[in-house]
Amino acid sequence: MERVLLIRYGEISLKGQNRRQFEKKLQENIEIAVSAIDVDAGKRVSKSQGRLYVTGIQTQFEHDYLEALSCVPGIVAVSPGFAVESDLETIKQAAISAVKQAMPEVSPPATFKVDTRRADKDFPVKSPEVNREVGAAVLRNVPGLAVDVHNPSIHLTVEIRPGHTYIYRGQVPGPGGLPVGTSGKGILLVSGGIDSPVAGYMAMKRGVAVDALHFWSYPITGERARDKVVDICKVLRKYNPHLRLFVAPFTRIQTEIMDKCPEKYRVITMRRMMMRVASRICRNTGSLAIFTGENLGQVASQTLESLSVIESVSDFPVLRPLICFDKVETVRLAEQIGTYDISILPYEDCCSVFVPKHPVTKPRLDAAVNAEKRLDVKQLAEECAMNTDVFDIG
Amino acid sequence: MYSGVTRGMKEDNIERKTCLVTGGIDLSTNCRKASGPVYMDNSSTTKPFPEVVEAMSSVYEERFGNPSSLHRLGSESEKLVRKARRSVASLIGAGENEVFFTSGGTEANNWAIFGSLRSAGSKFKHVVTSSVEHPSVMAAMEYLKELGYRVSVVPVDREGLVNPGEVVSRVKEDTCLVSIMFVQNEIGSVEPCREIGSMLSRMGPKRPRFHVDAVQGFAKLDIDVEKWGVDLLSISSHKIHGPKGIGALYIRKGVPMHPLIFGGGQEQGLRSGTENVPAIVGFGLACDIWARNTYKTRDRLFELRHRLIDGIAGIFADAVLNGPEHENAAPHIVNCSFPGFRGESLLHALEKRNVFVSTGSACSSHRTKPSAVILALGKGEDEALSAIRFSMSPFTTVEDVDSTVSALEDALKELRPWRQKTT
Repeated sequence: MERVLLIRYGEISLKGQNRRQFEKKLQENIEIAVSAIDVDAGKRVSKSQGRLYVTGIQTQFEHDYLEALSCVPGIVAVSPGFAVESDLETIKQAAISAVKQAMPEVSPPATFKVDTRRADKDFPVKSPEVNREVGAAVLRNVPGLAVDVHNPSIHLTVEIRPGHTYIYRGQVPGPGGLPVGTSGKGILLVSGGIDSPVAGYMAMKRGVAVDALHFWSYPITGERARDKVVDICKVLRKYNPHLRLFVAPFTRIQTEIMDKCPEKYRVITMRRMMMRVASRICRNTGSLAIFTGENLGQVASQTLESLSVIESVSDFPVLRPLICFDKVETVRLAEQIGTYDISILPYEDCCSVFVPKHPVTKPRLDAAVNAEKRLDVKQLAEECAMNTDVFDIG
Repeated sequence: MYSGVTRGMKEDNIERKTCLVTGGIDLSTNCRKASGPVYMDNSSTTKPFPEVVEAMSSVYEERFGNPSSLHRLGSESEKLVRKARRSVASLIGAGENEVFFTSGGTEANNWAIFGSLRSAGSKFKHVVTSSVEHPSVMAAMEYLKELGYRVSVVPVDREGLVNPGEVVSRVKEDTCLVSIMFVQNEIGSVEPCREIGSMLSRMGPKRPRFHVDAVQGFAKLDIDVEKWGVDLLSISSHKIHGPKGIGALYIRKGVPMHPLIFGGGQEQGLRSGTENVPAIVGFGLACDIWARNTYKTRDRLFELRHRLIDGIAGIFADAVLNGPEHENAAPHIVNCSFPGFRGESLLHALEKRNVFVSTGSACSSHRTKPSAVILALGKGEDEALSAIRFSMSPFTTVEDVDSTVSALEDALKELRPWRQKTT
């Protein structure tokens, strides 16, 4: 009796011609995710009839596997279970084990149901009969259990395939969406706040291989401001294990803006400079879009007027997954993906100095262009991008 | 005048390694350092004396016994603790059995407050303190309010000093504790503890207990618990080049005291828990080293302090000194505001130049909280947000002070575009 995880993926099975490629990518991503738990686990990932399996799961690590896989975009659900010989007695024993294991996780009164799928039509016992036999065996051997075929607290599935049978219980939902890497590469602007990691998660969920870009204003802010972004990126790596963090030294640009630009347009100018730098990073990394956590009307620089003035200097599409989210929706997602607790930690913020008391809320493009006329925008952006480095997030 | 140092710094920094201390045990000489970061944050913590580290490691390796054990290893450890206790006691004019080791200054302050209140009984519902106490006193006082005590907070003048007469005038019939710090940790003002103590002594047997948080002034300035009329006094080891995690509370003989921590009955039954012998040994040794050097060190630190203040005034005319200038100033602390600049940015700009300082302000998300101490001096938010504390030690050299000033000049230049208009 071997412990296995059964992985269901949804959307990618619809993708016609690309299907094989998508499945291959998902399998790769799963291999990387499980290798973090056990270096050899990657070799035990296999595909069969529209499903992926991880075999040889060590009991004590089952929970870790479930948690890691629940973060891999493209996965719809993961079910823990057993693989056994296709023999009715053996199947019964495995079913009893599976139900016993599930008992502590459900609140009494515990009820269950058995669902059998006989994919191997050579198996001599028909599905309804397997249901009855297995159900009776479980009832006899697990005390405090009742049958409920409509709303069971433990849902046991018996899948009889040529060669062997899978018995699994319940399922842990995955993020759904598409495997990371099937939708190209993107650059995510990360500040350390609540929004940007969520935007990154959503991009990854749609298959984008996201790298993070942080604009760091040392010595206006200290190393702890950067450390916070590093911690956020560590969490985001659960969704995209290849995620890199680029740190762009931004002080020179901000200082020039403080020195040479009208106060009202400071933030707009800064965001435009970020887009210019991000465009260069996109080009250098073969990325196809810039992702931000911007959200309509949250602050002065996020009005529609501001957003259009800001993105007009970008050479790549600026995508904003959270554009129409309410704050509570973003917070809920941030909690779910595990970045919220990091984002709310206190951090030094250069904004208290940089943001004027009365920033412009409806900027005009000609005024924005005019505001930066004393800046050598091209040279500044070039220099900043050149000095941008991959930061080791460990 | 400092440009030479500034120019040389960049190349220097490459070679600068973390050798804060290369000097010997004699603290009076300007120990020559090849090069190294300039650590001007000695009020936060200090680098332990090399002798301390050495002594501690030998205790860890060879004499790791529990002083309560009956065997030889235990009695050896007990002797070590006794010797250290004597060293600590002699530095504050206390008797050996009046010194109780704690985990540090914070525990000593908490114990002094809660322990003496508990032993005073429920009739006493009032305490007196100042507006510039360390958080470990201030936060305890806040909690006392929740418990139903009345807390009188005596304000300070623009230099950060309490008026002793005002402190004593706040004492009521049911006052059980007066807690006033010795040296203010952010601005270095030396509070009139001796005067307060003698005024309280004259109040007779029903006087409240007098607690002094002496963590910042300990070893650097003279303390005499007898002459001052102090009942309880908190000190800490890591502020005087001893190890972290060890401190002490002086409890005058005969003053009833309740324990906060119960257990095996160590420290005369008042502070249970197996003695941290290596740290205690390190603490005692640090006290011995100071005892041999206090006077020479103090004079030298005052000279450095004046040099730093003059240097800052020379490069930035708008700088405002927080705390007393000469009289009633601690020798090792200089606190200055740089109006229009953000303290934290200045700190990082100095850190970039290998000079380590601190700000009094704590940062919270999106907003920097101004230093409560600077505000308590009656100064504005701008001054409270732009304050920097430079704190020196016996290892600070003239070169360190000069490098600090030139790094500061550089940092201010770099941040000039970020300067806010001050109102």
